Amino acid sequence: MNSSLLFEQPTVYLVLAALLLAVGIYGLLRRRTLVGMLIAGELIFSAASLNFMVLNRFYAPDPAVGQVFVLFIMGLAAAEVAVTLSIIIAVYRNYRSIQPEELTELKG
Amino acid sequence: MSSFPGSALLLTALFLLFVATTAAGALLAALATRTIRGVCGLALCSVGLAGLYYFLHGPFLALMEILVYVGAVCVTIIFAVMLAEPDEPPVKVKVRGARVWGAGALLVGVAVFWGIAHLSLQGGWRVPEARTTDGSLQAIGVSLLTTYSLAFELISLVLLVAILGALAIARGGRTRA
Repeated sequence: MNSSLLFEQPTVYLVLAALLLAVGIYGLLRRRTLVGMLIAGELIFSAASLNFMVLNRFYAPDPAVGQVFVLFIMGLAAAEVAVTLSIIIAVYRNYRSIQPEELTELKG
Repeated sequence: MSSFPGSALLLTALFLLFVATTAAGALLAALATRTIRGVCGLALCSVGLAGLYYFLHGPFLALMEILVYVGAVCVTIIFAVMLAEPDEPPVKVKVRGARVWGAGALLVGVAVFWGIAHLSLQGGWRVPEARTTDGSLQAIGVSLLTTYSLAFELISLVLLVAILGALAIARGGRTRA
C-alpha cells in the first residue's frame, strides 16, 4: 500500500472533521430558526462520525469497533430528528411560529 | 494499487472532490438564509461524507450514510419545513446586538476549529502493531451480535420509544377543524 497518497493520510480527514464541528457550532449559535439549529446539530453529529471513522481506519486495533459506533450515532441522530421535528410541529401549532425568539412564555 | 497508470491521480482527484463536497455542503447548511437551502447543504455534506467513508474502508457505512441521512433525515426535515415553515422569506427585524452576536459565534467557531485541528495534528497517535479483525461487514455483524448486543438491543428500544414519543407529541393539540 502506497502511503504517500493524500487519502491514505489521516490529517486531511481530521482537519475536515474539525471544520465540520466548528461550522456546526457556528450554525447552532447563529441560526434564527429551530430547523436551522437542528441542521447545525446534524453537522456536529457528522463531525463525530467522521472522527470515529478516521481513528478507526488508521489507529484502532479492531477496525470494526468504530464502524459499530458510527452506526449507533446514525441511529441516535435519526431518533433525535424524529423527536425534534415533532416538537417543532407541536410548537408551530401552538405559536404559529418557529422563531426561537418568540418562544418566551417561561421568561420571567 | 492497480497497475493502471493514472489511478493514483484519479483517486486523489476523487478524494479532493469528496472533501470539497463535504466542506461546501457544511458551509451551505450553516450559512444559507432559507431553511430549505440549508437542508440541501446537509444532503450535499452527507453525500461527500459517504464518499469519504468509502475511502476509509467502510463501504457499508457509506451506504448507511446515504440511506439514513439523505434518505431519511433530510426528507423528514423537508416535510417539517413544508408543514411548519412560513413560505415567505423572514422579515428583516433589526435585533439589537445581532452583529456582535454573529461576530461572537464566528469567533467561537474559529477557536473550536483551530483548537481541535491543532490537537488532532499534534495528537501523537500510535499505530497498532496488528489488527485483530479486518473491519469487513462480517466483522461488524459479528461484533454487533456478540460484544455490542446489549447496545444494539437498547438502540432498537430507543428508536421505538422515539417513534412513539414523536407520534404522541405531534398529535397533541390537534382539533377537528
